[in-house]
Order: sequence, then C-alpha cells, then structure tokens
Amino acid sequence: MGDWKTPANLKYAETDEWFAADGAVVTIGITDYAQDQLNDIVYVEFRDAGEELDAGDSFGEVESVKAASELYSAVAGEIIEVNSALEDAPETVNADPFGAGWMVKVRTSDLAPLGGLMDAAAYDAYCDSR
Amino acid sequence: MTTELLQPLIYDIGSPGRMGVNLPECDVPKVELPAALMREDLPLPEVSEVQVVRHFVKLSKLNYSIDQGLYPLGSCTMKYNPKINEDAARLPGFAQLHPLTDESGSQGALFLMRELQKWLGEISGFDAVSLTPAAGAQGEFAGILMIRQYHRDRGEGQRDLILVPNSAHGTNPATVTMAGMHVHELPSNDRGNVDMDALHAACEGELRDRIAGMMVTVPSTLGLFESTILEVIATVHDAGGLMYMDGANMNALMAAVKPGELGFDVMHYNLHKTFSTPHGGGGPGSGAVGVNDKLAPYLPGPIVEIVEEGAADTEEPVGATLESPEHGRGMTRASQGSPLQTSAGEGDRPPLYGFVMPEKSIGRLKAFHGNFGMHLRAFAYIRVYGDSGIRDVTRYAVLNANYLRAKLMRTYKVPYPRYCGHEFVLEGHFEDAADVHALDISKRLMDYGFHPPTNYFPLIVPEALLIEPTETETKVDLDEFVEAMERIAEEARRDPELLRNAPHTAPVRRLDEVRAAKELVLCCAPALSR
Repeated sequence: MGDWKTPANLKYAETDEWFAADGAVVTIGITDYAQDQLNDIVYVEFRDAGEELDAGDSFGEVESVKAASELYSAVAGEIIEVNSALEDAPETVNADPFGAGWMVKVRTSDLAPLGGLMDAAAYDAYCDSR
Repeated sequence: MTTELLQPLIYDIGSPGRMGVNLPECDVPKVELPAALMREDLPLPEVSEVQVVRHFVKLSKLNYSIDQGLYPLGSCTMKYNPKINEDAARLPGFAQLHPLTDESGSQGALFLMRELQKWLGEISGFDAVSLTPAAGAQGEFAGILMIRQYHRDRGEGQRDLILVPNSAHGTNPATVTMAGMHVHELPSNDRGNVDMDALHAACEGELRDRIAGMMVTVPSTLGLFESTILEVIATVHDAGGLMYMDGANMNALMAAVKPGELGFDVMHYNLHKTFSTPHGGGGPGSGAVGVNDKLAPYLPGPIVEIVEEGAADTEEPVGATLESPEHGRGMTRASQGSPLQTSAGEGDRPPLYGFVMPEKSIGRLKAFHGNFGMHLRAFAYIRVYGDSGIRDVTRYAVLNANYLRAKLMRTYKVPYPRYCGHEFVLEGHFEDAADVHALDISKRLMDYGFHPPTNYFPLIVPEALLIEPTETETKVDLDEFVEAMERIAEEARRDPELLRNAPHTAPVRRLDEVRAAKELVLCCAPALSR
C-alpha cells in the first residue's frame, strides 16, 4: 500500500480525478491510485468536445476488467478537447495517468471549485484511509 | 492465449451429406416457399448422432458445475439443485403443455402457478406476487416501474430519485436508469451498513420531495444484516418514498424474516438462487416480484387468479400455509392429498383458474407467462422441503457461512468481523506478499478443485473475495475448502509465482482478460474450414 504517485502541483477530488489549471483551461484525468485500484483499463468514453458541463457533472466513464466508474468534473464549463487517443489505447491511462493519460480539457470561467479540492498530501492521506 | 481449440466447433467435425436422422417420406403436399423467403447461406452442422453426443460430452467435461463440487460464488447462491425438480419439469403434462393452450386445458399448470404465488407471498410477507419477470434484473425493473407509476397516480411524478447504497449490486443503479429515474448513492458506515446520517440528510433535506424510494439488499452484498433496517424504512416512508428489497440474498432470511413485515413495499425473488432452479448457463432465470397492497394493482401481468369460484368449500383457506403445524412438512392443505388438486370433496366443482391483468398493471415484461419451467422447479423445491425444511435451508446456509468465516479469519483479513448472513467477504491480499491479488487466489483455488468465489465485488472492499457456501455443503466439504485456502495463503508467501501463474490444472491456463474485454470477437461459425 502507499506506492502510488501523487504529483504536488495538482488538485484532487474524492472521486479520484486530478485537475490541472492553466489559465482558464483545466485538464482532467484520473489518479495513479485510481488506475491501480481499477486494474487494467479496457474502455474509456467521454462526452463530446463542445458540450457544456455543470460543476459535478459526469464527463465520461472508464471501464476496467474489475469495474466501471463515472468520471466527474469539479468545474463548470465547455469541453474544448478530449483525448481521443485513449479510445484506441485505454491502457495509456494505466501507464501514464498524469501525462499521456489525460482525459478532457474544460474551459471554465470559475476556478473557485478547485480551491475546495484536496492537495497532494491530503489526497494521499485520504487514499491511505480507504 | 492458446490458439489450439480444446474441442473443434460442431461445424468443423462433420462432412457434407452426413446426417444424424432419417427423415420419413413426406406425406403431405409439398408447397414451394416464396422466393423472397428462400436463402442459400444457412450453414448447418452435418454430423451423425454419435458425433453430436461425443461433441457435447467432451465440452461438458471442460465445464465445472455444482454437481462436481463446492461453488462458493458469492451473491449467486449456487446451491445444489435437487434432481426431483427435473423429474417434475419432465412430467409430460407440463413438458408438453403449449403456452397457447386455453385455460380450460391448463388448469393444473395454473393451479401450480397460483400456489407458487401464494407460497412466495407467505415466505416474504407480501400480499400479491407476479411470476412473470424473466430474471432478477427484470424483477427490479418491474419494481421500480411500479414505484414510478404509484407516485404518478398520486400526482407526485416529480419524485425521480432512488436511493441506492454504494454496496449495491450493479443492477440496482442500472434498473433506476432504465426506468428513467436517477440514482442518489448513499455511503456505507464502518459496520458495512447504510450510513444513517447520509440517509437522513437525503430524506430530510432539499431532495425530500424528489425521493421516490430506496433499493436495499438484505442482508447487504457484504453478507451483513442491515441492523438499522427498521429506521431506514421509516425514514424513507416518512419522506414519501417506497422501499424496494433486492431479494438476491433471500437465502439468509427464509422463515426467519419476512420483508413485507419489516415494511418493504416490493421485492423480487431470484427463483434461480433461493429456490434451486438451474443457474449459471443452465437457466433461464426467474425473478418473481412480491408487493404489498399499495402496489398490488400495478403488478406486471398476467397473474393467476380464481376467475370462477367452485362449489362451496372448494377453495382452501389462504391462511393454511407455512404456519400450520398440523400439516407437518406440507406447505398447504392441498399437500395432504394430491398436490395438483384442490381440497374439493368428491363431486364438488373445483374453481376455475385464469390469467388476469392487475387493474393498473405496468404491463407485460415477457411473452406468455414468465419462465414456467422455473416456476415448476421452484414449486417442487418448496413442496419437497415444506415449512420446517425451508427454515432449515436458511439456518444451514447461515451456519455454513459463519463456520467458513470463523475458520478463514485465522488466515485472511475479514473487513467486517461480525456475524454474517449466508455469505461474507474476505480481503484477498497479504501485507507480506504484496504481488499476490484476489484474482491469483481465485485462480489457484481451481487447482484445488473448487470454483472460485466472486472477485472484486462488493466494490467497497479492496481485493474482495465474496464467499457463499450455501446450505447444501457438508462440514467435510467446508473443511476441505478451508484447508485449500490456508495452503494458498502459505504458497502466497513461499512461492507467489505459483499463484500468479495459476491455474495449472484447468483445461486452459490464465485467460487474457484484458484482451477478452477489448476484442469482443465470439467465434460461433465454422472456424477451421474458413
């Protein structure tokens, strides 16, 4: 237990997504802990670029040999890009969850919800307690 | 992955023109089919009778079944299915009964279905039962549609939320979505029960007027009785919602707890779990639903009722069922005589049974009358056991599970160390053997001659192994399973590769589950000849 990576510069949700803000654009993926728990990921599906999300909405789902999980966005806004390369190579999420395994980019006018998310230390403690 | 076939497809073992039967000379006028209906691409296997027999016998030997040994697949209740059920199902009067036979020609079958409706209602404390749903998930679907319609008829169609604990079977949220409603997920507390704070928050907060109901499995998918179930039910009812019980785990409750008396409004039964109808490839299933008087008008149809009363005294009293000590092991008064006759005296006119659509029925879920062959087997099962036998089924199911749990707690982590119902969950990993996972333990169990338990469910337990021995296993069988599990725990530390490469003795080695999930190619056409 406890051998997952949690980069310090990201924000984390209880539903195991990570969020990276670059100006008004927020990139979202799932954590190393989440991919490890899910085991081999065999399928991903995202809502389309151009769709609008409310904070807390599902932006897609991920399916592994063990389970299927919804993916949630903590921020509201328009999906401006999805990582469609994952559709043919979902195992990328296992191999590189914080890099090539990113999932969607959302342009938001309200970054405030990110302030309510966990930092790396809090997320690690949260995972340890599960 | 092996590319060598263990047994060729039946298409690949024949040759053109070979036949297993001699068709008689045609003795009716031949009629040409319309050209538009003719096809030439209909590749049928051309094989002799002995080839067919050998083909399927060989395939059957690759299989593992409850007739070979313990099948502790948690949540599935893989109990032994008594062969008398099959005798009953093969009685020509039932086996050759056409579903379009009119009611006057199928009174025996209708009587049997009505008895089964009554018995299931008696076992669970419900007023009315429909046998039509084809399996558990369809029973759930029926239940949620009934709840939806109940609210609409009361002018409360805005109620669109169904509360579902995070330990639920995946079919529960799927059912809610299929019914066009929305899931509100509730967390579990550290005892594995519904988190009451979260329940109160949902039922007493701003969502209150949107609560349509709640789906709960009792005992939960962790095998644990919901010790606050009465408060759960009262809280949801107080918010105006109805209570649905997922009856998948009814094997832990029979003749001990009646869900209808707890306050549930609707439940489904899995006849293929609790009542020993074939299951897991041998199906089909049967997911009868029981309801209280609030929902009885909405039942899916048709159900069987008496449509014309017989002469006086011909209908046996409804109350003369499970609790009648003077009837010994029999379930009804009718069991004193021939099971397929009423208690009508000599010369009395029996009642006429018929199919009826309930007044506000949500409609049909299936053609004809549900999976009648399963009704027949469940009827035989209940009839053979009788009231005291049914009580023993549950007692031994719970005893066997607790015996295994107590023994295995010495070697494996049990996340909820309290008395369980008919099943319990272990964590299939060890701190000093980090590379070994639940899946490896399960695969290794196959080498010891056991079917693996359920893996990675419930989702809230890491490396979950959900184990359900059922009542039909002896202490000797259970002890052999414990011994295998203990040896596997030793092997995990001493030789983890042995587990990671298991199974070693099965017809095929470890399957590539990732590839199987990604490449959905099922070969059921001629393979070798292409």
